[in-house]
This record gives sequence, structure tokens and C-alpha cells, in this order.
Amino acid sequence: MPQPKLDTSPKVSDEIRKTTCYMCACRCGINVHLKEGKVAYIEGNKDHPVNRGVLCAKGSAGIMQHLSPARLRAPMKRVGPRGSGEFEEISWEEALETAASILKPIRDTDPTKLAFFTGRDQSQSFTSFWAQGFGTPNYAAHGGFCSVNMAAAGIYTMGGAFWEFGQPDWDRTKLFMLFGVAEDHDSNPIKMGLGKLKKRGARVIGVNPIRTGYNAVADDWVGITPGTDGLFILSLVHCLMKAGKIDLDYLARLTDAPCLVNADEASDEFGLILRNEAGKALVIDRRTGKPAAFDGAGVEPDLSASWRHAGFTHRPVLHHMAERYLTAEYAPETVAERVGIDAKRIRAIAADIARVAFDEAIELDREWTDFRGVTHKKMVGRPVAFHAMRGISAHSNGFQTCRALHLLQIILGSVEVPGGFRFKPPYPKPATAHPKPHGNAQPGKPLDGPHLGFVHGPDDLLINEDNTAKRIDKAFSWDNPMSAHGMMHMVISNAHAGDPYKIDTLMMYMANMAWNSSMNTSGVMQMLTDTDENGDYVIPNIIYSDAYSSEMVAFADLILPDTTYLERHDCISLLDRPICEAEAAADAIRWPVVEPDRDVRGFQSVLCELGGMLGLPGFTNEDGSQKYADYADYIQNHERKPGIGPLAGWRGEGDEHGRGAPNPNQIEKYKENGSFWISHIPEDAEFYKPWNMAYQDWAVKTGIFDAPTPYIFTLWCEPLRKFQLAAEGKHRRSPPEHLKKRYAETMEPLPVWYPPFSDADERFNVHALTQRPMAMYHSWGSQNAWLRQIHGRNPLYVPTKLWDANGFAEGDWARVTSPHGEITVPVMHMAALNENTIWTWNAIGKRKGAWALDEDSPEVTKGFLLNHIIHELLPSKGDGLRWSNSDPITGQAAWFDLRVKIEKVAAPKESMPSHPAQKSPVPKAPETVKQKVGS
Amino acid sequence: MTLLPTHTEKTLGLVIDLDTCVGCHACVTACKGWNTENYGAPLADVDAYGAEPVGSFLNRIHSYEVQPETGGPAQLFHFPKSCLHCADAPCVTVCPTGASYKRVEDGIVLVNESDCIGCGLCAWACPYGARELDPSEKVMKKCTLCVDRIYNENLPEEDRQPACVRTCPAGARHFGDLSDPESDVSKLVAERGGFDLMPEQGTAPVNKYLPPRPKDEVPEFDILAPYLEPVAEEPQGFLGWLDKTLERIG
Repeated sequence: MPQPKLDTSPKVSDEIRKTTCYMCACRCGINVHLKEGKVAYIEGNKDHPVNRGVLCAKGSAGIMQHLSPARLRAPMKRVGPRGSGEFEEISWEEALETAASILKPIRDTDPTKLAFFTGRDQSQSFTSFWAQGFGTPNYAAHGGFCSVNMAAAGIYTMGGAFWEFGQPDWDRTKLFMLFGVAEDHDSNPIKMGLGKLKKRGARVIGVNPIRTGYNAVADDWVGITPGTDGLFILSLVHCLMKAGKIDLDYLARLTDAPCLVNADEASDEFGLILRNEAGKALVIDRRTGKPAAFDGAGVEPDLSASWRHAGFTHRPVLHHMAERYLTAEYAPETVAERVGIDAKRIRAIAADIARVAFDEAIELDREWTDFRGVTHKKMVGRPVAFHAMRGISAHSNGFQTCRALHLLQIILGSVEVPGGFRFKPPYPKPATAHPKPHGNAQPGKPLDGPHLGFVHGPDDLLINEDNTAKRIDKAFSWDNPMSAHGMMHMVISNAHAGDPYKIDTLMMYMANMAWNSSMNTSGVMQMLTDTDENGDYVIPNIIYSDAYSSEMVAFADLILPDTTYLERHDCISLLDRPICEAEAAADAIRWPVVEPDRDVRGFQSVLCELGGMLGLPGFTNEDGSQKYADYADYIQNHERKPGIGPLAGWRGEGDEHGRGAPNPNQIEKYKENGSFWISHIPEDAEFYKPWNMAYQDWAVKTGIFDAPTPYIFTLWCEPLRKFQLAAEGKHRRSPPEHLKKRYAETMEPLPVWYPPFSDADERFNVHALTQRPMAMYHSWGSQNAWLRQIHGRNPLYVPTKLWDANGFAEGDWARVTSPHGEITVPVMHMAALNENTIWTWNAIGKRKGAWALDEDSPEVTKGFLLNHIIHELLPSKGDGLRWSNSDPITGQAAWFDLRVKIEKVAAPKESMPSHPAQKSPVPKAPETVKQKVGS
Repeated sequence: MTLLPTHTEKTLGLVIDLDTCVGCHACVTACKGWNTENYGAPLADVDAYGAEPVGSFLNRIHSYEVQPETGGPAQLFHFPKSCLHCADAPCVTVCPTGASYKRVEDGIVLVNESDCIGCGLCAWACPYGARELDPSEKVMKKCTLCVDRIYNENLPEEDRQPACVRTCPAGARHFGDLSDPESDVSKLVAERGGFDLMPEQGTAPVNKYLPPRPKDEVPEFDILAPYLEPVAEEPQGFLGWLDKTLERIG
């Protein structure tokens, strides 16, 4: 039989439109192939700086997200009780008028009565600008319940964090350690980077209680006990310092290690840095033996010299470090049992780090000049790189743990050097260069400044004279003073409790707070539906915007339906969370590659309209008319300050970059360039960015800074010490009595480790965690017909020891109990797991009626959330106070502190707790999908 | 019965690096996306939003836990699997209609859907479970090695590779001519000890797998001990070392 004749060159598509993916926070460039005007195929854009053509499982499955039967179709108003899911579709005119009629009186009388919080959107510089114009102090995005510890610890310590704000030098590093990462924002770059390391034979060490994904391909797996990463890291620090394997030159020149700290307990300034009249930290200059400002021309800071000033001895930070970390408290033998790692293994890892950092140092022949005016012939690299994320940060000791990791990087001299960790613009940017938080509201007026920022001591807190919080989430209060991203996980709980006050309206965007984005999910659903003595809802109005029929939709009174990511404008802005690389500044757009076939509008465009209707400053013209027709108009024409707008590329006449007047053709220019803009950093500015004048000058030219902002890394976190001083009664104001002990224990200016708060109750002796699957990073993926065939089930994975102890067999179910509640769920054995840790995939479990899934879907009948057994408050201490289940410093939700007990039970009909079905606001999904556009 | 060609001009196939594959499933959905839109009938998903979703996929990833016999912690491996385009493909010889065939020019095993009666004999004959009957169209589906991409003159030359290879973020998938000893894929197989999947089946698979490197072999501390030779036992001693060292580097 002859071979069939085959056309091996079929037409691929009618047109390719290039935009930016939004299946997670990675922001890859995509080529969207259209046939007959419809989306036919999505692939990675080879020119794009983030993904270089590759694309993950989510990205390629984006077509099913775009076509999802769960897409909302039109604005809706609630017609049944809250939570029922009974809605009536209404016109946009009615929806906008309803929203304005709720919001206008609030703004005119008391803007604090609006709480506006957004979820995983990436338009925070826009939404915060809107909220600032509205005048409410109650705005934040989801950072507080995500990874603020990572962001804040990085910025306070070294002016930038891992996250998407920096990256290992994948091309040069020789030893890479990954802490607490199953998947991350930088999802494709991490995979590409690991691929490079593998190709070069560089060593990868994965530190994670669970060996999946990245940890599965690591050369060495360290199955650490959850919540002890800080102790392990400080033990490595102990070993390295004890062996003198620290980069003294780096520490002296580029960090605060030589800065002089008041070392006299009798002083009111004990623990503060000695400064000159201009507020500059002082060091001893080795040339003179006298104090000098750290950044003086030619100053050679002395790492070892002390100084007596005003009767008090001041000693360099490095002396304090020696005293803290060389004690037996951090010796491998002391910590081994607690962290679950053999002492010899800790030493072997420390020794390998020392070997690579110092014996395999690399040098680039690139001259650079530092901020003291000293020119260096070479760039010296310590090729040890680290990356970490939520696994180490989502604990009540997460801030100090993240700081401990930065301390380790810094003593090795491996930050911003070849082979180490590198910042991406707009970072490096120290905490002192960020705004402070603002929270003063006045009727009919905008807020007094940006909501979120970095505090440097008690004077920067958002508290009233009686110590009560100004914000509904109590961010920047004594409870969690350095809560740089707000505390979204406390908003509904506090609003329901009327603590610190009641609100009128909750407005949220892309935040599934009635399900997987809340702690205490069942309790939150109750709070959202609770009524007062008059039968009115305790939270009177809820406005919600989402593109999909998520669980949260049922709890809103007014639904503003959003578009899919292929139908909208967006900007991934240098003012926000851009897509820069270590060697380039870059930003990007999304644009409607297809028009919506439903009566939906991008939420940001809706805010432009609402802003006009409410007369918000920044959103209205002088004559009171609406300023921006839609989000695209804002993206192109808004100026945050003269010459600086949301997009940096093709400004002015299209020939200016970074700074320049608004350009009416800017979005077209982006589209022509594949929807992104990139500007490369000159070679002599690519490393040592915080101190390198060539970088500082480039950053000013590009619009990142207004003036060069060199600084030194701060191992000694002075704001923490200022809060301790306040607790010691050495400040004008002082925290409430019940917090003072906690301040003393947790707010040490040098990184420390203390046990996670939930460890206190020993009845619950098993750790319980979640991980995000690579193929379904966010809950958005759950209704995706292709992805749910990969991750439609989430058993509870149980390690061998607990599996055997409980006599589990395949198909069994377990009851999992925490101090807060219990769930009953299916179990599965997994050997590659810390012996005392159980875990499951995050956000697979769904509520009946949501996401257009059938009510007997496995996500509903066998899926589950650990959220039900994690409370937003710590168990009652009998003091009548509501203690948030958060990091005491930053307020980060302590998801991974969860401790449970587990027991075998008879299989129930479905996972428990089971909630009654919500009525679906969208039609039933089709039975069969046969995706093909062309014939 | 269908005959296999006695000789193919090229031997195109995949080389999959099990040391690098992180199990992200990128290749799975890129494959689904390209192939539902292109060669043959769409890759259907039945009960797509229901209790038992069943879709046809040409490439799937399986994960296996392994407890090393030498002790040490359990390991997890990700194992992408699609048609291996065997030289002695039993799925072809078993086909009663000639729908399954192996191309003379490049060795790709294909199903001519218009001749496929959906009898399932080929899936039964394949020892790798690499063929799936489409749950809607009832024709046999399998990896085409993106035969409609790799020669496609409507694609830029750099994109003329299978969708799974183009998309793999970790670079764990490689495509080329395994009959050419000078090809990149042949060199990789030689350097890394690429192996056949289940060679005892006698199918002579074209696709090769690169083995994972040994894991959890931290060098003995005794070898590394000199790197941690203490300069001091106590903080005071450390400060003394610091002073001496700073003097020396003066």
C-alpha cells in the first residue's frame, strides 16, 4: 500500500497577535494565532525577554481559559440571599450607577468605610492610585497573604528581594540552593535557569520538606522540618563565620558590617547606629582611625574598630554578629534534631558553599567605579546563588528567616556579583527610597499619600493617639508594624468584628476570598452572610469584579464582570511589577487580541468610568468630565510625574525611552514590538548595582530614580531595634503591654530564629503544607478543561512513617484536625517527604456550583482545602484579644505554621466539610470539548 | 497486517532528559494545543467539566517514586511518554487496514485517520501505551512528531520542530535525526548514555531517554572539612582573627 500523501506545510494561521500571558504572574510573551478571527493556538514568543519562546503548561492551555464556560457574561445584581448565587443580569449603566450610588456617599462622609482590596491582579500602581484618589486608607493587594515576608525582608536588608525582583546569575553560578519553592512567579525563567545549570553541571541543592518538581531534579534534597529554615541557615552562617569563610572586603565596603552600633545597654540609644548630623551612618575610616560617614569619598571602613562617643561604646555590626552567631546555639549539633538534618550534613553543605564561594571565585575583566569614587579593575564573583519563596516566608518567623538567608548571601559576598544573585530594575532600591505608608482620610478628599510603604520606626505607624489602627486590616499598627503589603487576610474578619471599626462597603477584584484565598474559609463565608440585630448584613455592601464564576461571586451584591486576558489592555509597568531582567529594564502590555463576545469590561476601564462619576482627582478633567476613556487611555496618557508614565518605551515622539511626554501612538509601538519594551543595562553597570555609579546614572536616565541612590546593605535592621526601644519605654510612644514580650523576642535587629507560634501546642505534632502545581499555579486554572485532567485531584500526601503508623492503605481517608477544626479527605502515600509532614496541592478543591464544574466533579467530591483548618487568628489566649495568625513583624499570613493530627476514618460520601451548592450564575458547561477552529 | 518499510531515509525522534525534566507538563498542553488544531480530528475531551473527564493526549507525564537500594532518601522522577516511533513498530504490523504506517522518508509512525476503523489493535500491540483512541471521534490518536510543523514552510525555520520541544522550558526535550551520528541528538545520546525504553520488547524504539544523574551524593564531610577549619572557637577569638586578617590585607 502506498503511503498517503500528506501536506506537511499546512497554513498555520491567518494572523499572529503578540501579547502577554496571564495564566500566572510570570508574564511571558505569547504568540496568539488567529484563524477566522478566533484564537486557534498559543505559543511562546521567541523574542520575549522573560520566556524566550518557551511556554509552560498553563500558558499553552490558555485557550481553554479564554473559552471557559465559567466566564461571566454580563453585570449582575444579587436577587437571592448572599451566598446563594442567585443573580439577575443588568446593564452596565445600571451597574455603574449602583456602584456610584454606594460609593459617592461614603467618599463624601467617611472614606474609611470603603475597603478596596485586589487579588492577583498586576495593576496595583493603578488601583492604588484610584483608591488614593477616593481617599480610603483601606487599600492593598494580596501581598500580605502571599509573600510579604520575602519582599519586605529583602528590601529592608538589601534593597530588593527574590520574588520576581531578582534572579540567580544562571549563566555563571556553580552552586545553587533553592529554599521553599515548588513553583514561583518566575515559573519559566526558573525552569530555563535550572536547564542551564544542568547543562553546565552546576550543583543544585533543594531545601524543601517535599520532593517534587524542582526539588526532584536537585542533585541533593534536604527534607527540612517546616518552619526551621531560619535555624538551618543560621547554622550555616555559624559554620562559615567560625571558619572565617566570609568576604571581608565585600562586608567592609558594601554593607553596614563596619557601621558603629551603640553597645551600651544603659543608653537610650542602645542598639542604634551612630550617625552624623546629616543622619549618615558612621564607620571608622582606616586611613584616619576616626569616624567618617560611610559614603565619604575614599573612606575605607574598618570592620573591627570600636568608638566611644558621648560616654557609650559603639561597636561595628560585625562584632555583634560574631557574638550572636558564634555561640553554640547555632552549632549544627545543637540544631540538627530540630531542623531534621544531620549535623554532618549541615557541615558538609556549609563547607561546599565555602569551597565554591572562595576557591571557585570568578572574575570579569570589567572596570567599575563605586559610590566612594574608587575604581575597581575587575568584578569579582562568588558563584553561589540562592532563591527562595513562600515556603520559608509564610511562617510567623518568616521575616527573620528571609533576613537570615540574605545575611548568608551577604557574608559570602554573593549579591550583585557575577555568579551570585542579581537584582532586576527597578531594584535595587532600599527601604529608605520607598514611600512611607499613609492613612489619613478626610471626607471628599484624596488620601494624604500612597497607602503602602516602609516604616522606619514607631513614628511612621498608622495608628491613632489611643493606639487603635487607622486601617481596617490593622496594617502598620503595633500588632504588625512593618506590614508593607497590607494584611488582606484580616479584612473580612476585622470588618465583621468591627475591629478596629465597621465598614460600609467591601470592594474586591480577582480575590477569591470566599474560598481558597482566605484562611478559615467556612468562617469567612459565614462572616460574609452574617446579619445584625436588624437583619441587615454585617458587611452592608459587597462589590466584586472577576472574569469567572468563582466561589466569591455568590457572596457579592453587585458583580462587575471582567474580561479574559486575551480581551483586555494591561500594562506590566516599571511603576509596579515589571518584567525586567538583571541586565535590562523591560515592561510590557496586554491588548485585546480578540474582542469579548460577552457584555463584559476590563475592571480597570470600569474604574476609569467610576473615577469620573465620583469626581476622583486624577480621574477627572478640570471641567469635571471623565479623564480617561478606558484603561488603554490611562496607560498611554497618565503621568505619575512629568515625563514618567505607566510605560517607559516609545515616549514623546516615539524616540524617547524611560522619560518623555505621553505618546498617543505608544500602544501601537508596543504592539509592533511584540507587546514589550526592553532597554539593556551597559556592561560596566551590570553588577554591583547598588554601589556602581554607572548603574546609578543609567537608572536616573531611564527614569527609575530621580537622583543616584547608592546605599549599603543593612544586616542590622535598625527599624526593628527602634520598635524594641519603644517596647522598652525609650520612645515617645510605646506598644500595648501585651505586645512587649513579643517585641523583645522577635524584633531583634540581627536575624534570629524563634519557633513558629503554632509549635506551642504539642498535641498537634504533624506539619501540614500546600504546594502549587506547576500546571495550575493559581485557582484560575481549575476550570480549564485540559489542566483539570492533569490536576483534578488533590489527595493528602502522607509520609511513610505516618502512613504505617496509621495503617493506611490505598483508597483510605483521614480526618485531619488542627486546633481550629477538622477536614476529612482522601490520602495517598509519598515517600519523598519529610517524615513528619503531610501536604496537598493548593486550590484544587472547589465548592459545588462554582467554576461551571459539574457538582459531582472530583474537585468537589474529593478535592479539599487546608484553608478550613487554618484560622486567621491564633487560638484564644483567654485575654480577650484577637491575635492574628501572622508574622508579628510584617503581618504575613502564617499559612505554613499549620500543625495537625491525623487519623484514619471510614470513607465519607465526599470530602468534609461539604457545603451546599451555590447556584451557578453561568449556563451549564458543554459535555464534550472538541477544540478546533480551522477545518 | 501492514508492512514496515525495510529502510527509512532518516530516523527522526526525540531525546528526553530525565535529569532535567521537572514534570511541569508544558509539553503536554503544547502538544494538545497544536495537535487539536492541526493533523486529523480534534483531540476531544469528553465530560470535560464533569466527574470523569477523558481527553485524548498524545503525550503524557508520569511520575515515579524510587527508593534507592543503597539507602538515602526516596527520589521522584518525571517521565514524559509519547510514541517512540519504533523501527520495529508492532502497532503498524498489527493494523488490519493499513491506517497505521511508518514513513519511509523519516521513520515517523502515523495513523491515516480516514482508513482507521478504531479497532484498537494497535493500542493493544504497543507495549508503551502510547496510543489513545479519541473518545469522541473513535479514531486512533498518537504522536505525529509534529509532521505538520517540522517541514512546514509557513513556519520560520527555527520553529520547525515538534511543539513539545519548542515549548519545553527546562530544555529537557531534543529533536533530531538519530541515524546521523553527527547530529546533536546522537551526540547527546552518546555523551549521556541515552537508553531505549524496554529494549526487551524488541521494538527498537527511536526515541531515547537520558538517565538521571546520581543524586544525594553530598561529598563526605571529611573531604570538605578543611574548608571549615575553625579560625576561632569563641567570639573573642573571632575578633582576634579579624584584626590579624585585616592587618594582613591592610
